[in-house]
Amino acid sequence: MALCDSLPALLCKFPALSDSTIRAGRKTIDDGFRAFVRSYSSIIDAAVQPLQVFLNFLERLFVTSPWPIILIVMLVIVYLGSRSVRVTIGTAIAMYFIGLFGLWNDAMVTLAMTTVCTIFAVLLGIPIGILMARFDRVQAVVNPVLDVMQTMPSFVYLIPVVMIFGIGKVPGMIAVVIYAVPPMIRLTNLGIRLVDKEVLEAADAFGSSGWQKLRNVQIPLALPTIMAGINQTIMMSLAMVVVASMVGVGGLGKNVLGAINNQFFTVGFLNGFALVAIAIIFDRTSQAFGKRLQKHSEVVHG
Amino acid sequence: MASHAIEIKSLYKIFGPRGADYIEQVKSGLSKAELNAKYGHVLGLQDINISMPAGGVMVVMGLSGSGKSTLIRHINRLIEPTSGEVLYDGVDVCRMNDRDLREFRRHKTAMVFQKFALLPHRTVVENTVYGLEIQGVPAAESEKRARYWIDRVGLSGFENHYPNQLSGGMQQRVGLARALTNDAEILLMDEAYSALDPLIRVDMQTVLLDLQKELKKTVVFITHDLDEALRLGDKIAILRDGRVVQQGTGQDIVLAPADDYITAFVKEVNRGRVINVETIMKPLSGNPEGMPVAKGTVLETAARAMTTAGQSTAHVVDEANRPVGTVSLDTIIAAMVTPTSHDAEAQQAA
Repeated sequence: MALCDSLPALLCKFPALSDSTIRAGRKTIDDGFRAFVRSYSSIIDAAVQPLQVFLNFLERLFVTSPWPIILIVMLVIVYLGSRSVRVTIGTAIAMYFIGLFGLWNDAMVTLAMTTVCTIFAVLLGIPIGILMARFDRVQAVVNPVLDVMQTMPSFVYLIPVVMIFGIGKVPGMIAVVIYAVPPMIRLTNLGIRLVDKEVLEAADAFGSSGWQKLRNVQIPLALPTIMAGINQTIMMSLAMVVVASMVGVGGLGKNVLGAINNQFFTVGFLNGFALVAIAIIFDRTSQAFGKRLQKHSEVVHG
Repeated sequence: MASHAIEIKSLYKIFGPRGADYIEQVKSGLSKAELNAKYGHVLGLQDINISMPAGGVMVVMGLSGSGKSTLIRHINRLIEPTSGEVLYDGVDVCRMNDRDLREFRRHKTAMVFQKFALLPHRTVVENTVYGLEIQGVPAAESEKRARYWIDRVGLSGFENHYPNQLSGGMQQRVGLARALTNDAEILLMDEAYSALDPLIRVDMQTVLLDLQKELKKTVVFITHDLDEALRLGDKIAILRDGRVVQQGTGQDIVLAPADDYITAFVKEVNRGRVINVETIMKPLSGNPEGMPVAKGTVLETAARAMTTAGQSTAHVVDEANRPVGTVSLDTIIAAMVTPTSHDAEAQQAA
């Protein structure tokens, strides 16, 4: 304090904008945004209607199908992906316990949501990653955007998303995709940039067009990294389902949210472990699948 | 399919963002070191003029950093020249637009790389069809042609192996088969055998020489190994610091090295396998004596033949079996072991 007594006020208190200026600016932006949302709400609703319908349909498909069918389909997919009896049996046991503790329907809701979000993130992330790898200028623009997407607390961008789309599955999905797509984009970009220059040169020397190079050389050689990106994306969309439950997505996340609010220790952990189990199933299956795609690089000549 | 000669005319390459700005200064005498010190640009190639023989093997030799790999990449323009021309069949490769260049690369050239540059996720046969696949040749046809060349380079039975499952020598056979399947007039080989064991290298050289006898492609072969250059090259150009120090036949270079740099190279060469009998023969005096030796026979072969026949003199005959000169075992052995005494004789013969 002593120092500040003898110094001019300017050096002691940061010269901030006045409260009234900030308030006025905030009000203008908020009102402007609200007005914008209000005047276009019908158009926005109509635009996301098909997505809403699709999400509802998928959720109903997962929840209303008889559980043995879902379980069998799931085990078949896991086995075809991993070709591992251990992973398949593990999946069966995990799903059995999820069902045993009465979480089957919630797990199905979460599964449906995660599946859709992952597919969206992959379909969105791979082309952006390819463009980034191709043009340095795109990379220069997209990279800081990805930084913001990964570090901005999801609650913050949920505010405008909820204002625009209201509460429900669509804003939930948007929140999850925003959170889960950056690793997909980054790893696709990285994978393509790391492709052996010599092999690319060979492709050029044989007269490959840009598209032929992408299809025959860059994507196949970047595949291990792209698969790691898909794996990360799956993990991150699962991690986001709790946050998504705040904007009206049901499932295991909603139970966790309820448990947090009410300090239900057991409920919280049961649902938490169910999420972990699903995450491990996804992870092991996709990793084993990725490894199998790379089989040609395993047998090394001595 | 007739191959044409490749003419490289006053080709310059300056590496760096503003290479073209310094080209005039380099042409008027700015040296590689000065260019680097003053402007931070690297002079890759300067004033290259080479005429590469049609249907023959042109070897470009030099140590690492001499610009030989840069030079070969100008022929299919994997590297853009700063100035100069690369002519093939009257067309300047350096002036082609993107589409023409792609067509040129697809149909006229094929390349073999030092580190093989195979696609790891494709089997041998899938790698081999690559060039044809790019050209849009139907799968059945290209696979048939690929299998033929896989067989010719000695890889039958390995069609469905992945590159990782093969040894270096076998991988390079795939690289060669891939290039040959393209059926291009120009074959570019960038240190193609440098990564191979010596024995396998000689083996692969033989494969190339045997194939070249029937194919008669215009081959450009890059190497840092003089023995390899002498064995393969119909014509050899030696590069140093981005400049051609000497070019000519192997014999020209071994007999009359242009400077100390090349002399140092040539010292270790097995001269008996490079020098031909007509180079050291003496004019006929009187009737031809001893056994006949064909023109173009290398000293080692001639000496072996004469020793086997137990004769110490032989006469050299031309294509029409007319005697044109005479050699003795002594002169042959002298020429094989003593470089210095030999230069005089070379000049005398010329």
